[in-house]
Amino acid sequence: MGKAMATSDTRPKSFQDIILRLQSYWAGQGCAMLQPYDMEVGAGTFHPATTLRSLGSQPWAAAYVQPSRRPTDGRYGENPNRLQHYYQYQVLIKPSPPNLQDLYLGSLEAIGIDMELHDIRFVEDDWESPTLGAWGLGWEVWCDGMEVSQFTYFQQVGGYDCHPVSGELTYGLERLAMYILGVDHVMDMPFNDPGAPIPLTYGDVFKQTEEEYARWNFDVANTDVLLKQFEEAEEECRKILDQTHLDPKTGKRIVMAHPAYDQCIKASHLFNLLDARGVISVTERQAYIGRVRALAKLCADAFVQTRAGGWTDGDAA
Amino acid sequence: MPDLLIELFSEEIPARMQKRAADDLKKLVTDGLVEAGLTYAGAAALSTPRRLTLAIEGLLEKSPDTREERKGPKAGAPDKAIDGFLRGAGLTRDQLEERDTPKGPVYFALIEKKGRPAAEIIAEVLEAAIRSFPWPKAMRWGAGSLRWVRPLHSILCILSDETGASVVPLDIDGIKAGDTTEGHRFMAPGRFAVTGFADYETKLKAARVILSPEERADHIWAEAQNAAFAQGLELVEDKGLLAEVAGLVEWPVVLMGDIADEFIPLPPEVLQTSMREHQKFFSVKNPKTGLIEKFVTVANRETADHGATILAGNQKVLSARLADAKFFWENDLRVAEAGAEAWLDSLANVTFHNKLGTQGERIERIAQLAGAIAPSVGADPDLATQAARWAKADLSSEMVYEFPELQGLMGKYYAGPAGHPVEVANAAVEHYSPLGPSDDVPSAPVSVAVALADKLDTLTGFWAIDEKPTGSKDPFALRRAALGVIRLVLDNDLRLALDQLFDAQLLRHQIALDDDGAVRNALLRDLDNEIADHGVFGAAIRTVLDHFDGDLSKHLEKVKDSLPDTSRDLLGFFHDRLKVYLRDKGVRHDVIDACLAMPGNDDLTLLVKRAEALGAFLSTDDGENLLQGVKRSSNILAQAEEKDGVEYSYGADLKFAEADEEKALFAALDTAEAAIKPAMEAEDFAAAMQAMANLRAPIDAFFEAVQINTDNQVVRRNRLNLLSRIRMTCAGVADLSRVEG
Repeated sequence: MGKAMATSDTRPKSFQDIILRLQSYWAGQGCAMLQPYDMEVGAGTFHPATTLRSLGSQPWAAAYVQPSRRPTDGRYGENPNRLQHYYQYQVLIKPSPPNLQDLYLGSLEAIGIDMELHDIRFVEDDWESPTLGAWGLGWEVWCDGMEVSQFTYFQQVGGYDCHPVSGELTYGLERLAMYILGVDHVMDMPFNDPGAPIPLTYGDVFKQTEEEYARWNFDVANTDVLLKQFEEAEEECRKILDQTHLDPKTGKRIVMAHPAYDQCIKASHLFNLLDARGVISVTERQAYIGRVRALAKLCADAFVQTRAGGWTDGDAA
Repeated sequence: MPDLLIELFSEEIPARMQKRAADDLKKLVTDGLVEAGLTYAGAAALSTPRRLTLAIEGLLEKSPDTREERKGPKAGAPDKAIDGFLRGAGLTRDQLEERDTPKGPVYFALIEKKGRPAAEIIAEVLEAAIRSFPWPKAMRWGAGSLRWVRPLHSILCILSDETGASVVPLDIDGIKAGDTTEGHRFMAPGRFAVTGFADYETKLKAARVILSPEERADHIWAEAQNAAFAQGLELVEDKGLLAEVAGLVEWPVVLMGDIADEFIPLPPEVLQTSMREHQKFFSVKNPKTGLIEKFVTVANRETADHGATILAGNQKVLSARLADAKFFWENDLRVAEAGAEAWLDSLANVTFHNKLGTQGERIERIAQLAGAIAPSVGADPDLATQAARWAKADLSSEMVYEFPELQGLMGKYYAGPAGHPVEVANAAVEHYSPLGPSDDVPSAPVSVAVALADKLDTLTGFWAIDEKPTGSKDPFALRRAALGVIRLVLDNDLRLALDQLFDAQLLRHQIALDDDGAVRNALLRDLDNEIADHGVFGAAIRTVLDHFDGDLSKHLEKVKDSLPDTSRDLLGFFHDRLKVYLRDKGVRHDVIDACLAMPGNDDLTLLVKRAEALGAFLSTDDGENLLQGVKRSSNILAQAEEKDGVEYSYGADLKFAEADEEKALFAALDTAEAAIKPAMEAEDFAAAMQAMANLRAPIDAFFEAVQINTDNQVVRRNRLNLLSRIRMTCAGVADLSRVEG
C-alpha cells in the first residue's frame, strides 16, 4: 500500500498537501479518519480517541489532525520554529500491528521523503505523560538528524496496564512540513498551493493569532478567573463520576466517562495557561500535575466500565 | 562437535543497552548449557541496533549419561521416610537396592540419567533466557504478553557441523526459530538463510550490516579521523559518544560538514555540548586556533548522492540548534556586561532547600566562609569573597538553563565581561571540584578557598537540619562533599582547623534557621568578629551572650547546648571518610585510629603525616618490638593499677633503681623525652618515632632482667611508675593501645 503512494513523483507543494497525503495514506491502511477534538489540548494524545481508546480490550484504529496549544511556547510568531498553537498528526492502532514500523516508513514516503536519499533512524525515547499517568517505550524518529515523529508502544494509561498494547505515532506537522518543503521560517511556509488563485502562507493564517494569543497568554489572562475555572473543572469532573451508573430517567446504564474526561482536559489546559502566566511556583507545579493526574485516573477508571472500554453485561455480576 | 548460532532480531534496541544485553544473553545461555551438561569450547556475543547474536563453538552433541548412587533410609524405616526418599530420587520402591552396612541393612538408589540431545537442551535454555531476560526496561506489544526491549520479530537458532545445519525447534509465543535473518533495513531488505556463523557474518556484510560493535566503532573512528586529517583538522575524542553512535547504525557512513561561520566564535564547549547532546555529532577542531570548525555525523546508509542530502539536512538542524545557543550566549553576555545584577537578584528567589533558604542566602554564607578561609590557603580574602559571590551566578544564565552540564564553565566565560579578574573566573569553574575520587583537585588559592567554603557550607547546613546520609541514602551527595574537602586539604598540604570552620558555619546556619532580620545580622557580625579574634567558639558564644540579653540569651543558650555536639558529629563523619580514603591508599585503620586519638585531629594534613610516619615505623622490626614492649608495660601496669586501686603516675625515681638495665632505661627515657618533645613540636614525626624506636632495646633488656612485682614495695612502686613513664612518653607520639598486634 505504502509503496504505491511512494512512487508518486510529484512532491508536496504545501502544508495542507502533506496533511492530505497523510490522511489518504492512513485511510488506505484502514484507519478511521477522525476529526480534531473540539477542545483545547496540549497534544494529540489528549484526544479521547487516543487516551481513552488505548484502554480496554476493544480493537481500534484511528488517525486525525489535532490542533495543540502550548501557551508557554508562544513567541509572537517571530521564532522560526516555535508556536503556541500548532498541529500534530496522530495515529493510534490497537493492537499494534507487527509491521507498524514499515507502515510508518510508508507514510514518510507518501509525503515525499525519498528513502534512497535520506537517513531514517529510530533513536531511543521513552514517553511519559505525568498528567495522564501514562508511559510507553519507543523512539523519536530522525530524518537526517531531525526529529520528525514520536513512535510509542503504550504500556500504561491512567494507571492501567494496556492490554492489548496500542501503537501510537505522532508527527509534528509544522516541523516535518518545513523540512520537506525546504522552508526556514514557519510563517513563510505555503499553507495551500503557491499556484492557487489566492495563495496563503502559514503566516497569513496564523501570524496574527500567534501575536494575539502570546499577549493574552503571557500578560492579560485573568489568573483569578483561570484558577477558579480550574477548580470548577476539577469539581465537575468528580461530580460527574460520582453519579450512579444507572440513569434514573432512562433506566439505562450510562457511565459518563467522556463528559468527565472533557473536564479533565479543561483542567489540564487551564493549568498550562496558569503556568504561562508565571503564577505557579516550582513546588506548586507538582501539586497541580498531581491533581490533573488524579482526574485522568478517575476517567480511566470510568472508561473501563463502559462498552468501548471493554465492559460487558456479564461484568455486572 | 557442532557450533551453535543464535540471533534475536527485534525493532531498534536502545544503543546504551546493546552491549550489556549481548553479554547477558551469552551468560544466560552458556550458564544454562553448562548446567545441563553441555560444555563448549568458546562463545562470542555481538550486537547491532536490531539484533543480539551469540555464537558458540565446539558444543557437545548431547549431554553425557550420568549415574548417581544415593544412600537412603534403613531397611524397615517408616513408609513416610521411604516415600520421601523415592520422591526425591524419582524412583519406585522396587528399584531400590538393599545393602548390608555396618549399621544394618540400608536402601540404596541408583539414579541413571540418559544424556539428552543438544537441540532439546538449547531450546529449553534459550526460551528460559528470553523469558527472564534482564532488560533495564521491557515492554509488551500487540496482543501478546511476551516482554522484550522492543517488539521481537524473529529467532535464528541453528546447530551446524560438517554435515550441514539444522534448526533447533523452538516456538516462543508464536515466534518460531528458523535459519533466516534480515540485512540492512533500507539497503538490503528481505530475509535470507544462513548455515553457520561464518556464513552468517559474511552474508550480513553483503547485506550491509557490520555485526561487530567494535568493528563499527573502529571504522567510524578511522574514517572520521581521516576526514579531519585530510583538511588539517583534528577529531575531538569522545569514547562515550563513539560507543553510542556505533549502536545507532548497522552500516556506518561518516560524513563531515561545516559549522556556519557565525557560530564558530562560540565557546568550544558550547558547540561540543550542543552537538553531542542534541545531534550526536563529533566535534572537529582546528589545532591552530583551538576552535571547533566542523562536525562529523554518522549516517546509517550509502546514497546515490554520496550523502549530500543527508549532510545538508543535518547541517540545517545543527544551524537551528546553534542559533539557539548563540541567542543564549549573546543574551547572557549582555547581562554579564551589565554587572550580572539580574542573575544574582534572581538567585535570591530560587530555593536551595526549603529549610536552608535561597541560593542567594547560601551564596552569602559561602562568601563569608571563603573570606575567613582565605588567609589559611594563601588567598586574598577580598578576592575569595568576590569569587564566592560570582561562582554560582551562571546558574541563572540561559546557557546553563539549557545545558546544566556547563555550570561553572559559563561562569568562567562570563566573569571577564562582568569585570572580574582571572582568579575569580577560574574559581567559578574550579570550585565544584573535585567531583569524584579521580577528578583533579584545584590548587589556585582563590579556587581552593571557594571550593572549601562551598562544600563546608553544604555539609554544616545539612548537619544543622539533621539530614545526614544514612546507609546507601545520600541524596545531597554529602559523602562526596566531605571527600572533596579531604582531598582539597591533603593535596594542597593545607593546615586548617576544621573544628573552628565547622563551628562558625554551623552557627550561621543555626541563627538563620531560628531567627531573622537585623538582629541576626548584628549577631552574626559580632560572632564573626569574635571568632576571627579568638578563634575559639566557646569564647565567642560567651561574648555575644554578654552582649545581648533577654530572649536572645535564651536562644543562644540553646545554640550553645546543641552546637558543639553537632560539630563533633560532623568531625566524626570526616574521620570516617578519611579512614575510607586512606584505607584505599593502603593505610591501616588501626594506625589511623591511633592517630585520631591524639589532639589536633581536625587538622587533616597533620593527621595523615602522623599516620604515615606511624605506619612506616610499625612496619620496621624496631617498631613491632617496641609495640610489644609498650603493650606489655601497659598490661602489667593496668593489672597492678586495678589490683592496687591507684594510678601509677607519680614519677619514678632513679635512686630506687637497682639493676643496671633499670638505670639504663631511666637514661634512655630521659634521652627519648628530650628528643620527642621538640620533634613533635616541629611536627617531625619521623624523628619522634626514631626516638621512640631507641627505647626498644632498653625496654627489652629491662623486662629481661627485672622482676616488676618484687617483695620490696618501694622498688615495685618505682618500677610501676617507670612503666607509666614509658606509657606517657609514647602517648605523646601516638595512642599505641589502639594498634592491633
